[in-house]
Formats: sequence, C-alpha cells, structure tokens
Amino acid sequence: MSVHRPSSRSLFDSAILAQALVDAVRKLDPRFLVKNPIIFTTALVALLSTVLTVRAAGLQTASAGIMVQITAWLWFTVLFANFAEAIAEGRGKAQAASLRRSKTETMARRLPDLQSADPVEVPASALRAGDLVLCAAGDTIPGDGDVVTGIATVDESAITGESAPVIRESGGDRSAVTGGTRVVSDRIVIRITANPGETFLDRMIALVEGAKRQKTPNEIALSILLVGMTLIFLIVVASLPAWASWSGTHIPVVFLAALFITLIPTTIGGLLSAIGIAGMDRLVKFNVIAKSGRAVEAAGDIDVLLLDKTGTITLGARQAVAFLPLPDIGERDLAEAAFLSSLADETPEGKSIVALARARFRLTEPETNGLQFVPFTAQTRMSGVDLDGGGHHIRKGAADAIAAYTADATRSAPGDGPRELTGLVEQVGKSGGTPLVVARDGRPLGVIHLKDIVKPGIRDRFATLRAMGIRTVMITGDNPLTAAAIAAEAGVDDYLAEATPEKKLELIREQQQGGRLVAMCGDGSNDAPALAQADVGVAMNTGTQAAREAGNMVDLESDPTKLIEIVMIGKQLLMSRGALTTFSIANDVAKYFAIIPSLFLASYPQLQALNLMHLASPQSAILSAIIFNALIIVALIPLALKGVAYKPAPAHSLLKRNLLIYGLGGLAAPFVGIKLIDLGITALGLA
Amino acid sequence: MDANGILLILLLLAVVLALTPVLGGFMARLYEGRVGWLAPVERGIYRLCGIDPDREQHWTGYAMAFLLLHLLGVLVFYGLMRLQAMLPFNPAGQTAMAPDLSFNTAISFATNTDWQNYGGESTMSYLVQMAGCTVQNFLSAAAGIAVAVALIRGFTRRSARFIGNFYVDLTRTILYLLLPICLIGSLVLVWQGVPQTLQGYVGATTLEGGHQIIAQGPVASQMFIKHFGTNGGGFFNANAAHPYENPTSLVNFIYMASILALGAGLTNTFGRMIGDQRQGWALLAAMGIMLGAGAFAMYAAEAQGNPALSFLANMEGKEVRFGIAASTLFATVTTATSCGAVNAMHDSLLPLAGMVPLINMLLGEVVIGGVGSGLYGMMVFVLITMFIAGLMVGRTPEYLGKKIEAREIKLAVIAILATPLAVLGLGALAMLTPAGQAGIAAPGPHGLSEVLYAFASAANNNGSAFAGLNGNTPFYNVILAVAMLIGRFAVVIPVLAIAGALAAKKTVPPSSGTFPTHSWLFVALLVGIVLVVGGLTYFPVLALGPVVEHLALASGTLF
Repeated sequence: MSVHRPSSRSLFDSAILAQALVDAVRKLDPRFLVKNPIIFTTALVALLSTVLTVRAAGLQTASAGIMVQITAWLWFTVLFANFAEAIAEGRGKAQAASLRRSKTETMARRLPDLQSADPVEVPASALRAGDLVLCAAGDTIPGDGDVVTGIATVDESAITGESAPVIRESGGDRSAVTGGTRVVSDRIVIRITANPGETFLDRMIALVEGAKRQKTPNEIALSILLVGMTLIFLIVVASLPAWASWSGTHIPVVFLAALFITLIPTTIGGLLSAIGIAGMDRLVKFNVIAKSGRAVEAAGDIDVLLLDKTGTITLGARQAVAFLPLPDIGERDLAEAAFLSSLADETPEGKSIVALARARFRLTEPETNGLQFVPFTAQTRMSGVDLDGGGHHIRKGAADAIAAYTADATRSAPGDGPRELTGLVEQVGKSGGTPLVVARDGRPLGVIHLKDIVKPGIRDRFATLRAMGIRTVMITGDNPLTAAAIAAEAGVDDYLAEATPEKKLELIREQQQGGRLVAMCGDGSNDAPALAQADVGVAMNTGTQAAREAGNMVDLESDPTKLIEIVMIGKQLLMSRGALTTFSIANDVAKYFAIIPSLFLASYPQLQALNLMHLASPQSAILSAIIFNALIIVALIPLALKGVAYKPAPAHSLLKRNLLIYGLGGLAAPFVGIKLIDLGITALGLA
Repeated sequence: MDANGILLILLLLAVVLALTPVLGGFMARLYEGRVGWLAPVERGIYRLCGIDPDREQHWTGYAMAFLLLHLLGVLVFYGLMRLQAMLPFNPAGQTAMAPDLSFNTAISFATNTDWQNYGGESTMSYLVQMAGCTVQNFLSAAAGIAVAVALIRGFTRRSARFIGNFYVDLTRTILYLLLPICLIGSLVLVWQGVPQTLQGYVGATTLEGGHQIIAQGPVASQMFIKHFGTNGGGFFNANAAHPYENPTSLVNFIYMASILALGAGLTNTFGRMIGDQRQGWALLAAMGIMLGAGAFAMYAAEAQGNPALSFLANMEGKEVRFGIAASTLFATVTTATSCGAVNAMHDSLLPLAGMVPLINMLLGEVVIGGVGSGLYGMMVFVLITMFIAGLMVGRTPEYLGKKIEAREIKLAVIAILATPLAVLGLGALAMLTPAGQAGIAAPGPHGLSEVLYAFASAANNNGSAFAGLNGNTPFYNVILAVAMLIGRFAVVIPVLAIAGALAAKKTVPPSSGTFPTHSWLFVALLVGIVLVVGGLTYFPVLALGPVVEHLALASGTLF
C-alpha cells in the first residue's frame, strides 16, 4: 500500500519570492496589519520610534545613529512577518493559477428539458443551478453537476492530476461531475448543481489562495494567549521607567520600544497565518480539498476512524485460495470443474479461480469447442458452463443458490445438501472467506474458498494509528463471523458487521455522545448523512454530488486510506503553532540577559555580571537583540511552511521531543545568535 | 547550613505529605456531601438564613454570592473598627481607628490578605480582634476553598449548568472543617502558653525598675485559624515573632505545618473528586518542588552570612529562639502560601534570601498557595500549560477531558494579567508620586525591594511585609487596598467563569494521543511555565532590586 507523497514544489520559487517581497510592502496597509494584533502592535511601536528618531536627528542627539538603526529593524520585523504571510499566500496562488487555467470560458449546450433534442448554446457563466446541459465527447463540462442520463468517460486530470479517464454515469455512486473536466467518450446530460462562482473549482481556488481564510477556533485561542502575553509585557515595559527612576536611571523611549518588541511573541505572531495557509496548502498537495480550516484542525483531534472494508482495508476483489472437495471427490476434479466454469468469467474472482487451478494442477484450456458458457444472472445467482452440447452442466455460486439448483436437478427437497458440504461452507465463512459451491450435473463437488485479501502493509498503518491514539473501526456488509476474521487479520480495533447507512450513522452518534471525534470517508448518496454527522467527513471525488456536499473534505484521488495523512496534517498544523509559540517564549530569556544589563549599566555597573554573553556595549546589545528578533522570523519561514516533523508516537514522547527541540533550542539559540550578531555589529562599527 | 536546619525542612515536608491524603480525603467526602454529623446545626443555619441547600447556582450566581459575602464582611468589619470605642470588650480603651487604616484593614481581612498596617495590641479592641479579625479569618478562608471546590466541580461535571451553592460550600467548610480543627488546635496552643483571656493588659515592673505593659487577650482562638486559613494577620504587631503568638518551637512547627496543610490537602481533594488521585499528586509535586527549592535556596543564601561582615551569621531581625533555619523556613512557607504571618523581619534578610519570599509571592501564590486560592491559581497555569502542551502534541488542547478553547484561554489570561497590573502598575505609581516615595525607608535597590514586596504581598493576598516601608499612610492604605481587591476578584471571577465553562463542556475520554497529566513531564512543564511566566514578568524589577543589591553587597556596598 502506498504512502502518499505530495508533489513537491521548491520551497522558495524565485517568482513567488519576488512577488512576496512586493506584497510584504503592500501589506503595510493598516487594514491588513490590524488583522494580526502582534504585528500591528509592532508597526505602531515602529511608527512611534520613527517619530522619536526624526526628532532626535533634528536635535542632533548623540544617540541618533543607534536610534535610526533600531527603528529600521523594527520596521524590518513588520516587513518580515508580512513577507512570511506573502510567501505562504504566493505558494497557494501558484496552485490556484494552475487550477484557474482549466476554468477558461466554455460554451455550454443547454437543454430546455430532458426530452428536448435541440440544445441552446450559452456561455458557461450563464448557467444556473438546475439547468440541464448536454455534453458529448470532446466537450469541457461547463459546471458542477450530476449526470442525469447516459454514461461517459471523463478526463479529470485538470482537477486530480490523474491522467486515466474515469467513468461517470447516471444513478449510482459515480454520478458527480466537476466543471472544467473533459468528456472523452459518449454523451451525457448533466443537471448543474452550482451557480457560477460557487462551483467546486471556484471554492478550491479561493481556498488555496487563502483569500477568504477565516481564523480557526484554535488559532483564535492562541491569538488570545499571544495578545495576553503582549499585554503583560506592555505592563512590564511601561512601568519600567517608574521603577528605574528610583535609581535615577533614565531609559530612552526607543530602547524601551526595542525591549518591548523583542519580548512580545513576534516570532509566532509573524508566522501564525503562514502556518495556517501552509497547512491548507499541504492538504491540497495531497489532492485533498478541505472546505474549511476548522475541518483540518478537527482532523488532528480524531479519536475514531471509520473505514470501509472493501477497497480500503482489503483489495477490491476477493481471491480464490483453496479448493475444498467433498470427501468422495478428488481435489483435481473439483479444480477442473471450477476451472472450466470460470474460463469465461471476467470478474476478478473468476480470474483468480482460473489462476489458482492453473497453479495447483497445471490445467490448460480444453481443445473441445463444445463449451457453452452460462453467465451470472440475478435470478439464478449462478454462473457456469454446459459441456458436450448440453450433456453436462457445471455451476458455481453461493451455497443457497447451488442448493436450490441441486435440489431442482435431483428433484429432492431444497436445502438438503450433504452435511459435509454445510461443514465446508461454515468452515470457510468462519475464517473470513466467502464460500463458492461448485456442482456438476446437479451434484455438489465441493467449495472454492474465496478470500478477502487484506492490503499489504495496512496492519502497520493501523498500528501507527493506534500509536497516535486513534481507534480504527472497519465497516462491512459481511456477516459478523467473516467481519471478525478480517478485522483480526487487518488489525483494526473494532468492526461494524452487516452495516447499513442507518447503523453507520448510529455508530457515529454513539461515539460522539462519548465525547469522541469521528472521521469517516464515503462516496455513495447513502453515505451523505453519516458524512455530515462525522466530525471529519471525507467524500471521494468519484462519489455522488450529495456525498461531496455532505463531507467537509473532498479527496480528489478517491483514496480512502488518505484519511491517515489528513489526520497527520491536522496534527502537524497544531504542532507547528505550539512549537513556534514555545520557541518564541523561550527566546525571551536570552533577550532579557542582553537588554536589561545594558539599560541599567550606567546606574548599576554591577549588573555587568548579568551580561552573560559579554556583548560589546549596551547599544550593540540592544541592537543585536532586535536584529535577532527580526531575522529569526525569516529563518523560521521554511519551518512554518513545511510544518514541524511529525512521526506518529504517543503524546508523551512527542511532547518530550518537541520540548527538547523548541523549548531548550529556543532557550539556547538566541544566546548564540545574539552573540554572533553582536560580533558582526562590533566588527562593522555599527554601535 | 547545618544538618539540623536541613532536617527541619525535610521533616516539615514529610508531615505535610502525610497530612495531605487525610485532609484531602475528608474534604472530598465533605464536598461530595458525604459528611453530615452536624446536619441538624447545618439545617438550622440554612433555615435561619433562608437558604435552599438543594438549589445550585450558575457561576454568575456563585460569583455574586461570593461578592456579597465580601461586601458585607468589609462593611461590618469597617464599622467595628470605627466604632470600637463605643463597643464592649475594650479594656485597653482603644479609640476609633482612622478611616483609611480601617478601610485598608477591612479589605485586607476580607480578601484573606491580612496586611498589617494596623498595630494589633496598640490599635484594636478585643471585640474587633474576635468579631472582626477572627470571623474574617474563617470567612475569607472558607470562601477561597469554596471557589476551589466550584472549580473542581467544573471538571467533574459534564454538560452541566450549575457549579454548586456558594452558601452551602461556605457553611460546610466552616462547620465541619475549620471550626472543629481550630477548636482542637487552639487548645493545643493554650497548652503551649498562648494566652486566651478577656482580661485587660497587665502592668509589670522590670528588673531594672522600668514599667512595662504586657498586652494579652483572646489570642489562641485567633492564632490557629490565622495560620490554618493562611490569613496571617497578627493579634500583636510583632506577629508570630511575639512570644505570646509563637511561644515555642513546637508551636512554630505546628504553625508551619498548618499553613501548608489545607493548600496541600486540596490537591488531593481535587484528585479524589475527579476520580484520579494521581492528578492531585502531580499538582502537589509541582508545588512541592518549588516549595522545597525555595526553602533550601533561602536557607542556603541566609546561612552563608553577610559578606560585608566577613560572613558573620546574619541574626538581625531574627528571634534567637528560632535561629536562621526556622526563620527562613517560616518565611518560605508563609510566602509560598498566601499566609503572610512572619516570625522574623524580612527586611533584614540578605538580598538573595529576601528575594525568595518575593519570588514566592510574585509567582502568583501557587507554590501551595492560599487555602483554595493556591489550587485555583495553579489551575489557571495548568490551563495555559496544557494549551501549549496540547498544541505541541497536535491535538486541540484538553485537560482531564475538557477541551481548552478560546473562552477558557481568555479568562485564564485575565486572571494571569491581574497581578502584574497590580504589582507593577500600582507599584510604579508609588515610585513616581511624592506620597509613595515618602514611605520608603531605604535608598537604592533596597528601597525598591520594599515597595515591590509591599505590592507583591498585597496583590497576591499574602499580607506579609518586608517592613521598612511605612505603609500606614492614606496613600498606601488606599492603593494597597486596591491592589488586594484586584488580586482577589480579578482572579476569582475569571476562575468561576472558567468553572462554569468547563462544567458546560462534554468530557473527552483519554487516548494514547492525549498527553498524560500525572507524569513527571507534566510536572516539569508546569513548573517551567509558572517560572517562565513569573520570571519574564518580574525579571527587570528583580534585577533592579534584590539582584543588584546582592551584586553590590558582594563588592561591599550596602543599602
């Protein structure tokens, strides 16, 4: 089973960088700045510092030189924060641009009603929800909708990047089509479901551009904490001149401004929105579209994951693994009968029977051409072959269907098969397999054991999920016996057998009642209620429009195992915020040791003992701290965009690791950084 | 430092540790309604006051009741002090206390601060001591515990509207917990020589022939609750350094243990009520580490002696009966909790030793802390800790199954902002105004420490004084009272709001993705957050006060 790897784009595309530099300046607009309280505060302080510096320069004050530098770095702090956000947005925009290319103005053939044969040509932008349009081979589908009649192959590469065309047909679970995709063969009539500007593509573009990004609940909570810290430091710095006045110390306002800005959490404040935008961006790279940032955050909190058995836990098709003959029948005879009856069977199960018979007994196709194949029908629920012009019959099918067939052939009471056969059927069922009974001329020969093949590697993935604290529940229509066997083999924590949409919904509600967050994926219309109820509902892009509307994420590649990646991205998003917040706070310790001695050295020379870094002069200490504070934002942009490394592990070890890196690292890094900058400043004679 | 002193610290910690599950278990039963041997009395009190004990309150109702109690307490106490000359039990013939001093004292006792601008034996009648100070000692302690219990209910309840009935919690605390224990405790004090009498002061002729008036009064009844309820306001001006308040080393030890007992016990009550005692032990571990570190650091700093006097033992301001070890330990204990009783002159401590009590208070009184206030104050830090920890493990932060969201963070931030505003903001006002500067006794960094200590003490409802600062002036009486009000209500009201918000939430069951909050990692992180928040807030003023004084002292400069 594949682990998804996102298509990579260079972290710093030069075009994006150039644009981001321009945008960083453009974002100085107060209407932009005010959205980020920390950076807005920084800008206000920078403005105050500018005024004071201009005045000092006019008065030819001796410290004007250092004031100019501090003021400049205060502005750089604001610009760097803007730059971080602009880069994140720029990367989103690049993604949006490639999406927008598929959104070229198309003409649509609108049908007045279903019976009508003469369509009217209208521009796609004129279409409204409820309109019917006709699309034939070569047409670009003008908008999101459901196939009402017909079946067609559609090239969805513009959206999914997947080059193989997919089937779209009316009814069923594959009826949704997306605007901007292209019909490759046949013709279909589509009922448009979205007005222009509200289509899937439009929403995707808006989302990846980050244009309408709303702060998520957790981001709001973190912002409150950051504002609270800013207020505490405001009290500290604003009251400091009064406390210092007792010793007759006068502290220049610009120095206080520098102290204030280095203390408030500008690092996380400047990178917060970049982290959020980049999180969405990472999802998009996995070809998943989240309808809101809230959904991505919720993904990180998931406690229970509901996974469909077929296609997610097991391979779509079952495989024949054994021939189990009745006591008086040779295994080879059974295999031969099964082989002959499956030669024309195009289903994966049929092919696997042929393959197994070939492997076990080296059977080859008979030369006689007297084979008359009997296809599977819903009435007989059997398939098979007639030999020698109808002289002999071989049939295979479910136990009860074959029982009815043999009873009919031998004119006995139905359900009266040999006891050994019932035993074999039960034996296969118990082991999680599906029994297929083979009969020849009305007489049962034995059972083919069809087995669900659990996807390779899935067990490890479930173990990973367990390590992350997530319980997995397998959803299957199988009977409890079979379900239990497969559940044990795949290593899921629990299963829901004989599942119906109602039972699924009930299970989700039950889990939520207990306070757990539930994620599931689904594609069919009957999944829609459960998708809507789940905290994270991932709809498959191949699914119905109803499912796509109900879920809060859409997986463009329709790969249900991707839920695991989605959960990881959600966790990574929160972890990046937490790590940078910790780093930001830890940084303050070193900044205090740089600035506090320098402010009071004139009154209390003894405080030189606190100058742990042995910074050259008070001026250079303050300047070094403010420069470090500004540069660290730029230095951490890659981390904000990529997210902190996440390896599934119990919370305890995750925390220990992150505290070591970002807590202790945050404590140590500025001591080194400030010292290096101080050496540079002194060498250049800047202070 | 000697073995005796170290053993004293260890013995105290051991005794408190042993008391914790006993008191904790009793309080858990008490607040879960499983104690009722005085039920007829309890019912009588409710009937008398017209309280329906079965009607629980929304957090706003609980907060209103809390405010009402304080308002009434302040008014009655203020009246008693102003009118004491006309009231009985005044053998010393005390005249009415000044309005500003009465205002300060009334607010000080109601908020469990017990800042001593009053003189005790030289200003207060026996009636004021008994009906004012002692009654407020019981009420303010019980009110603090009630708030802590309400907060615990916030964790235990799910999707609930109510957090308990304040009047019931208050009544049960006094009736079953405080009164019985204080009754026994006071008798022990009487045995040890603490006076308990309504007779007036007695005159005595000293050996040198001088005349001395020896003050006495109903001391024992006030002394036990003064420590047990972390109040700290003395009967005598000299507080626990006075031989009638603190006659023997045994009493000194009983005081220290009783100061810590309820604060430590409540952590266990918390653990029991939420159904996981380990959670309580984790909180106590965090508090205990800071307490132990403070005790040893202070003892070490003071025991090294004064470098300016060739490291001669610094006995200035200490009772010879107690010596350095018992004095520094008492100072650590009284400031780590919000007690504020003192058995030595903190102003005379060496700069680094004096910084320990200062830091204990500046951390927000969460190192054990006051009765109730220590637990709920620590909870505010726990919420912040778990918010950051939750982010770092990639889950929406939660504590004990309760999600920590924007509302809780907002309230926690308000509670954390309150004390720095009162300490640094109001303190700055004192440093800038002539009225404020007039009260400062010492020049240079030591003078700054005196002001910082006063505001730290008032804003954190501790009540101990560095002394040195002349606080009995209209300016300080009013501004310190304001600091006390901020320190009490700007924390309690957000905490009750948090209790209400938590009670209304669902409880999320833990998984391996949840960070376990009974681990040493949690303890370390919590201690780290408390120290970092306190350190970052007060580093500059500490650098200008005790730190620079210490550095100067090392080079021979005294202030």
